[in-house]
Amino acid sequence: MIAEGGLALLWLAAALSLLQLALGWGALRPGGEHLRAAVRPVAVTQGLVVGLAFLALIWLFLRTDLSVKLVAANSHSLKPWLYKFAGAWGNHEGSMLLWVTVLAVAGGGVALFERRLRQDTLIATLAAQAAIGLGFYAFLLFASNPFTRLNPAPVEGNGLNPLLQDPGLAFHPPTLYFGYVGISIAFSFAVGALITRDVGPAFARAMRPWVLVAWIFLTLGITAGSYWAYYELGWGGWWFWDPVENASLMPWLAATALLHSVTVLATRAGLRAWTIMLAVVAFSMSMIGTFLVRSGILTSVHAFAVDPLRGAFILGLLTLYIGGALILFGLRVRTVKEGSTFEIVSREAALVINNLLLSVVLGLVFIGTLYPLVTQAFGREISVGPPYFNAVAGPVALILVAVMAIGPMLRWRRDNLKDLVGRISIPVLLSAASLLLVVLLAPGIRWLPLLGLALAPGIAAASIAPLWKRNLRRTPFFIWGMVVAHLGIAVSLAGMASESAFIKETLVAASPGQTVRVGDFNVHFDSIEPVVGPNWTAIEARLTGRRGNGSPFALRPQSRLFSSPPTPTSESAIQTLWDGQLYVAVGAQDEQGRTQLRLWWKPFVTLIWGGGAMIALGGFLALIGRVRREGRGKRKDEEEVTA
Amino acid sequence: MKRLILWVPLAVVMVILAVLASALFFSPTDSNDRVVRSAMVGHPVPDFDLAPAVAGRPGLSSAALRQGQPHLVNVFASWCVPCRAEAAQLAELSRRGVPIDAIAVRDRPEDLAAFLATYGDPFRAIGADVDRRVQLDIGSAGVPETFVVDGHGVIRHQHIGAITEGDIPTIMAAWQAAR
Repeated sequence: MIAEGGLALLWLAAALSLLQLALGWGALRPGGEHLRAAVRPVAVTQGLVVGLAFLALIWLFLRTDLSVKLVAANSHSLKPWLYKFAGAWGNHEGSMLLWVTVLAVAGGGVALFERRLRQDTLIATLAAQAAIGLGFYAFLLFASNPFTRLNPAPVEGNGLNPLLQDPGLAFHPPTLYFGYVGISIAFSFAVGALITRDVGPAFARAMRPWVLVAWIFLTLGITAGSYWAYYELGWGGWWFWDPVENASLMPWLAATALLHSVTVLATRAGLRAWTIMLAVVAFSMSMIGTFLVRSGILTSVHAFAVDPLRGAFILGLLTLYIGGALILFGLRVRTVKEGSTFEIVSREAALVINNLLLSVVLGLVFIGTLYPLVTQAFGREISVGPPYFNAVAGPVALILVAVMAIGPMLRWRRDNLKDLVGRISIPVLLSAASLLLVVLLAPGIRWLPLLGLALAPGIAAASIAPLWKRNLRRTPFFIWGMVVAHLGIAVSLAGMASESAFIKETLVAASPGQTVRVGDFNVHFDSIEPVVGPNWTAIEARLTGRRGNGSPFALRPQSRLFSSPPTPTSESAIQTLWDGQLYVAVGAQDEQGRTQLRLWWKPFVTLIWGGGAMIALGGFLALIGRVRREGRGKRKDEEEVTA
Repeated sequence: MKRLILWVPLAVVMVILAVLASALFFSPTDSNDRVVRSAMVGHPVPDFDLAPAVAGRPGLSSAALRQGQPHLVNVFASWCVPCRAEAAQLAELSRRGVPIDAIAVRDRPEDLAAFLATYGDPFRAIGADVDRRVQLDIGSAGVPETFVVDGHGVIRHQHIGAITEGDIPTIMAAWQAAR
């Protein structure tokens, strides 16, 4: 019954989205004003209904109802409850249901909370959101029904991909999806504003908090995903340039650019067409990412099913939505008024350069991700990895962060070059000193990490500069947000550079009793034991590590074999110290009874994710600041009206 | 000129979508390559005759597997740690009346004897596969693996990896079906 109920709710939600689209259309036509009041309630209801459908799916997974095909194919009665729960979105159909759920909930959120936007633009926005939803409902109902029954029901399920059986990963997809799909709001805002020709500062101020929310989730999702890959895949790396990682990075880059250009539009009424373009690009990247992952044309841990028909369906939707938005852009954007102008040395100019550089990085990542598909069409199988991405995206990213450091020190509209030189002297000196120090103390570092280490302190100092001579208690939250987020970039950069420059690695085949050295650490190999878990067996290496004469700590890396489906995974052991992490992975055994051990000392690697968390926190502070200011501004408007 | 520029994004996106479409329809469909399934499932076991792996016990030959009764054939080794973890489950299967034969891969008799003394010995016959040839011939990529072979010597089921408690019903069912 639950499955049938869920399916009925899904159909109902699809019908509501059709109604929402039709009402929006009607309300915007001359003489349709009486329909306007109905659009918001329908959008909220649609969000609620599809949310219930998703809860029904979670309920089926928690009960391990094996008469439902999706549950039988992806769950197992012996699985811990957390993974039954997470199993609901650890597969193609469930994750697509989560996708539309976030889409509809975000639309419902706009309908509930958005009060600043002009009413006709809001209605056009909700209609656009409904149009996107409709396509994906059709995809679910006709090509990926998560509620299909299986008759007869099997006695046992197939189990969840063991790589996904990890507590961190249980919440990684929903976080990422809130960012990924949340950015659809920006797309719908852009389409709405093009329809009603309402691209201006008020529109930008209304759109900004929604972009911020999606961007915070994206940042958190990418940071958490990077840490998950780091400790779960057992290769010791924190970014692999895997197509799916790129698929989440590309919307983030576009959303970051959008966040900054929308500020120019809100504050100085400039960059109108560009902001609209970025809003379209950001969500297009999300949809292309979904397509890349869901169609299985790129091999990845995230690919669930290889099904060209489903891929074709999503590709059709992509063409419809992106193409439609761009046609609207081409037709309408000329009617958007020119924005205000600005000088070469000004904050606007710095933000434009920031936007261009972000777009260049985005383009480079995009080309690298899709290039294998192009060569494949000509019959050659290649893969593009770190050698390409690090070499081409790294230098541009370094210039980008340098511009990021200078931007906030500039005044809007026009500034004096001489004054700027005075203001940036301290950060520049700090960076020069850091460069000298690293070159003298640790010669022979590759130039990319070297530049990173040199830039990080200067950027950190420059990030804090906007607080200089300010009354800290009266400083608005969005200034704090900018400072914390930019500082987070510096912290993350320091972590990446330090890890790449100073990493120590040891790979040995060792027998119990031996001691292995890595960096300053002595790691004693005590024994190797078999371990049995609820749905896996493993060999566990028991090691005792100590640094110099420091106190010993235990390390227990495992090499696991999950029983259903049979899949080996590596559970690394990580000891976190204040200045880095000791990372140990255990590999295969040979016939002489030796075990492969791989040990890394990674100085300050934790800064990478610490910085990521700071970036998200900065976004959150900015969001609070904006919402508070908008609230105050609105009250002022109302007072003026009543006066 | 300025008018044309506005349509550049659309043109770029259409080219990209065309690339994606071509990739979708012309890519070779790749299968799941994480697990190496034996191509021998459904086929009779190849001919082999393995010497006894421990003194005083029978070795294993393909002829012995064709004598009318379904068997489990456990591919294991004393140096394989997951094999220790599945020992209790093999003992349970043996207790339920499933005859179990074994192929010991690249093992030494003294190590094997110590392994059997420590972790139990549910096996009827153990063949010594010194050079891994028989293991590869029956399509096993690693240890431990367990095959269900019916009375005519045809491989009916392959279990990859250690047997956990949750796998026992599946293996029992495969064995029942082979009777």
